[in-house]
Amino acid sequence: MKFFKALACATAVAAVALSSTVASAAGYPERSITMIVPFSAGGPTDTVSRLVAEAMSKDLGQQIIIENVGGAGGTLGAGRVANAEPDGYTVLLHHIGMATSATLYRKLAYDTLKSFEYVGLVTDVPMTIVARKDMEAKDLKGLIDYAKTHKDTVTVANAGIGAASHLCGMLFMSAIQTALVTVPYKGTGPAMTDLLGGQVDIMCDQTTNTTKQIQGGTIKAYAVTSPKRLDVLKDVPTAVEAGLAGFEVGIWHGIYAPKGTPAAVTERLSKALKVALKDPNVAARFAELGTAPSPEADATPAALKAKLESEIARWKPVIQSAGQYAD
Amino acid sequence: MELFHNLALGFSTASSLANLFFCLIGVLLGTLIGVLPGIGATATIAMLLPITFQLEPVSSLIMLAGIYYGAQYGGSTTAILINMPGESSSAVTAIDGYQMARKGRAGAALAIAALGSFFAGTVSTFLVAVFAPPLTKIALEFGAAEYFSLMVVGLVSSIALASGSIVKALAMVVLGLLLGLVGTDIYSGAPRFTLGIREYADGLNFVAVAVGVFGIAEILRNLEGEKNRTVLITKVTGLLPTRDDFRKMFAPVVRGTIIGSALGILPGGGAILAAFASYTVEKRVSKTPQEFGHGAIAGVAGPESANNAGAQTSFIPLLTLGIPANPVMALMVGAMIIQGIVPGPNVATEQPALFWGIIASMWIGNLMLVVLNLPLIGLWVKLLTIPYYVLFPIIMAFCSIGVYSVNSNVYDLYAVAFFGFLGYALVKLRCEPAPLLLGFVLGPLLEENLRRAMILSRGDPSTFVTRPISATLLAIALVVLVVVLLPSIRAKREEVFQDEE
Repeated sequence: MKFFKALACATAVAAVALSSTVASAAGYPERSITMIVPFSAGGPTDTVSRLVAEAMSKDLGQQIIIENVGGAGGTLGAGRVANAEPDGYTVLLHHIGMATSATLYRKLAYDTLKSFEYVGLVTDVPMTIVARKDMEAKDLKGLIDYAKTHKDTVTVANAGIGAASHLCGMLFMSAIQTALVTVPYKGTGPAMTDLLGGQVDIMCDQTTNTTKQIQGGTIKAYAVTSPKRLDVLKDVPTAVEAGLAGFEVGIWHGIYAPKGTPAAVTERLSKALKVALKDPNVAARFAELGTAPSPEADATPAALKAKLESEIARWKPVIQSAGQYAD
Repeated sequence: MELFHNLALGFSTASSLANLFFCLIGVLLGTLIGVLPGIGATATIAMLLPITFQLEPVSSLIMLAGIYYGAQYGGSTTAILINMPGESSSAVTAIDGYQMARKGRAGAALAIAALGSFFAGTVSTFLVAVFAPPLTKIALEFGAAEYFSLMVVGLVSSIALASGSIVKALAMVVLGLLLGLVGTDIYSGAPRFTLGIREYADGLNFVAVAVGVFGIAEILRNLEGEKNRTVLITKVTGLLPTRDDFRKMFAPVVRGTIIGSALGILPGGGAILAAFASYTVEKRVSKTPQEFGHGAIAGVAGPESANNAGAQTSFIPLLTLGIPANPVMALMVGAMIIQGIVPGPNVATEQPALFWGIIASMWIGNLMLVVLNLPLIGLWVKLLTIPYYVLFPIIMAFCSIGVYSVNSNVYDLYAVAFFGFLGYALVKLRCEPAPLLLGFVLGPLLEENLRRAMILSRGDPSTFVTRPISATLLAIALVVLVVVLLPSIRAKREEVFQDEE
């Protein structure tokens, strides 16, 4: 008797669970959606998220609420989403760190490739190789020569382990095959302050952080890391043009959902993302930051999955040969 | 002349009806969240960010700035009334402010804090307007070696925070330094003392530690003495400061303003030191240093002014370089970007109405705050007459909400509980929490800058004495050390001599 009662209960629970999943896929979204941003409010990723979320909300007819769950290089927020209900009401907007933390952290609370469903790519923010404004070198070649001849004294700033500037700095040093003196900071603000004050020599950071300083003449730009020159920094060559073959790197952002989220839901979100990326306001704000919305073909689950997999493979050897881990 | 033109532009922008309205909303909200224990400006501004999308850029920034310095005013209210500082700066106010409140002078303490802050706000706003660009140049001269030496000055001065035993104060500073070690080492990425808990990877949350060792510990202490906890309610004499109080607060306010304005300019954490430094100076120049820790007026007036002056001048790096000096400023940068204004070195020339409008609104906002807060003092003091069985659960609830809202991290709540008990144990051992908090705040900065300076100098420690600013600061630290220790050495010698006689 007891057994049957338990069975009946279990069946009922399963039925309710099933029906709610089906219902949520059909009428989705019926209530507001939480978008977890694994970094603190006000930073570049947060800004990207808020701009996109605002535009996606219009298409979805429900508000997307940003929740900042910062800490441990973005892995806390990602872990939160990995364990969330897979109903489409909790999603994650994460950047390149999603791929690099798979190597930087040797024990994560989730499996990067198995814990998530994919929605699509949002934007690929280019990086800039910059230096203090009184740096002698005239162009990127000159800068590389200078770095090679003064490798014991030339300093490269970054905003902490796993930060965009840390990744780009590692890639730069591996590209020029010279180890320079790395100076970590707690965040981009203090690193940029010291670069402005000439306390450190070189940094490689997102256009979101550097464009205004370059335009204001407070730091010197040597190259952008995008395939093409940027409209906001027309005079700055690409790294490839300037002679650093294959040096293309961007801080790509993607939207994820917990594993098990129905495909209908991720497709719906992907559609909203495509609409958001065409929003003129989003494009205009992105342009001021020196970036652009991802093309429509990339705002799909398949494109994000492919990007994540290829980026994990790309960064693994770079991080391992630098031998620096975050745990 | 250009300055007057600019200021006129600023005031005409800031005094439009809409902007006055948003300024008022900002300072009101700021005061309110400042008064609610544990809930800080960062969480509030983060929550309000979506609303600012619909506003004009100037209006939204005026409102956010209002929340920021409004919270500084409000924060001292809880520090004084219930010994619950929400920020490192108000931790200093709590030392003497709370003692004044216990003596029935809560009204006077609140009024002194408000008036001192207003004076400091006025002067430092003027400084921001006139000297922002040249001051920025000085701030950029500060590298890792200079910050390290500055933190040494701060730590040495922290001994003065203690009103009792110097040895115990030192022990507290060291304990604070050790607690500050918790978290990921930024140079190697190794987690230190996190007990394997990933949630502590970025260190212990300041608000959690402060609320625990000050507030929760105080509540526990009060609960212990069931019968004599009417201390606060009984005699609330005079809501406003007396003529004598005014005379006593004038010099500390001026000194606090100078100290706060100078330290606030440094983007690498100078503002943190403002209140602590001012307290040290006041205690040192005072003719009655024994009053400190027992309700000295200068101990409230100086740090409160320094704190507010620092809050205003910390806008300088943001406005002239586009670099945020603290998390609240970072949020404002986010708000600007969403509005289509990317802050950078050219904001003042590209967006003069915005730049000068914000500066003018800071002064208007400070005026509003003092007008708002003086009549409210009566109301705040009445809060103390709420029975403890109602007041304490409310305080605990707000603390928990506030601490959780910073990072949405449950482990921060466990930290509150732990530090509450630790704080209680420290009270029993007659150890004071203020030096602990200072060590906790300065420790990570001290270590970070020491190691960075050593990396930059390629391992040569002489960098600290060959760089002129750094050398000067170290010399100051030495002088402070001698001056602080001298009285106790002399006392010891006198004791010794007396023994011999």
